[in-house]
Amino acid sequence: MKGTARLFIGLGILAILSPLGLMASGTAWGEWGVEEFSKMLGYVPQGLARLSDLWKAPIPDYSVPGLGEVSGYVLSAFIGMALIIIITWGIGRILGQKLEK
Amino acid sequence: MHIPDGYLSPSTCAVMYTAAAPFWYVATKKMKKELSTRMVPLMSIFAAFSFVIMMFNIPVPDGTTAHAVGGTLMAIVLGPWAATLGVSIALMVQAIFFGDGGILAFGANCFNMAIVLPFVGYAVYRIISANAPPGSARHWLGGAIGSYVGINTASLCAAIEFGIQPVLFHTSNGTPLYCPYGLSQAIPAMMLAHLTVAGIAEMAVTGGVIAFLQKTMPVVMTLRLGREART
Repeated sequence: MKGTARLFIGLGILAILSPLGLMASGTAWGEWGVEEFSKMLGYVPQGLARLSDLWKAPIPDYSVPGLGEVSGYVLSAFIGMALIIIITWGIGRILGQKLEK
Repeated sequence: MHIPDGYLSPSTCAVMYTAAAPFWYVATKKMKKELSTRMVPLMSIFAAFSFVIMMFNIPVPDGTTAHAVGGTLMAIVLGPWAATLGVSIALMVQAIFFGDGGILAFGANCFNMAIVLPFVGYAVYRIISANAPPGSARHWLGGAIGSYVGINTASLCAAIEFGIQPVLFHTSNGTPLYCPYGLSQAIPAMMLAHLTVAGIAEMAVTGGVIAFLQKTMPVVMTLRLGREART
């Protein structure tokens, strides 16, 4: 479809601007880590402590090891979008029907 | 609104996976029937858009943060079932690669943000934009209002999932095992964040992008014409 290129450029611009989202310094409600819990409550709920590090993400909190906060965030945005586009494209190719125009 | 692992009991997580599963199943069936390969690039773009827009954290007056989701926008352009798949893919990448939202809690997060949010948002949009000709202001207006209702309904669901934890799951002396905050704390906190900043951001993003598409790429806004009767 014509014009899709323009939307891809728009995504790139958003990725570059994404560090604006770092200016909000707090944590989203209900997304605190274990340390924040011990500060807030004085204890960490048992089950929460047990399950919270079930999975170790390669790029935790969009911060790329070895990169600064801002550049890591931008790179994360590009990596994440690339992964999503590849996965969605793949699923779409499998599920979608070829319609001739 | 990305519930991390540990906040919901494993049994709650299982219930939420079970609740989401039929929607994923129907969504893939629907895609098989309705998705033309020409729509695939747009689906990728909107899923990626949802991902990146969620990175724009906005401060909430109580010191926490919140963000838009973009699920209603995707539902309006590509249909609610496509939005379910697209937002689920974005949430999966966030959970697996960035640790944003839990793996056990993935079903709950998809239920809230990839199912409740786009379907509610889309339903409200359809009511407001019913019979409006292409290009009408009722499309972006309906999208804006729908997205506001959608994200707030989703956040209410998340608040309920958080809030029932301390009642249902605690040690013998009453100490919470998972999310320690009950409904009386979770609901006001989640609603404050989403009725104010996140809801407004979601409205601006949805209304703004629809108005932009109507003006510059009207064909994108009419992709689903003729399909709507079947959804």
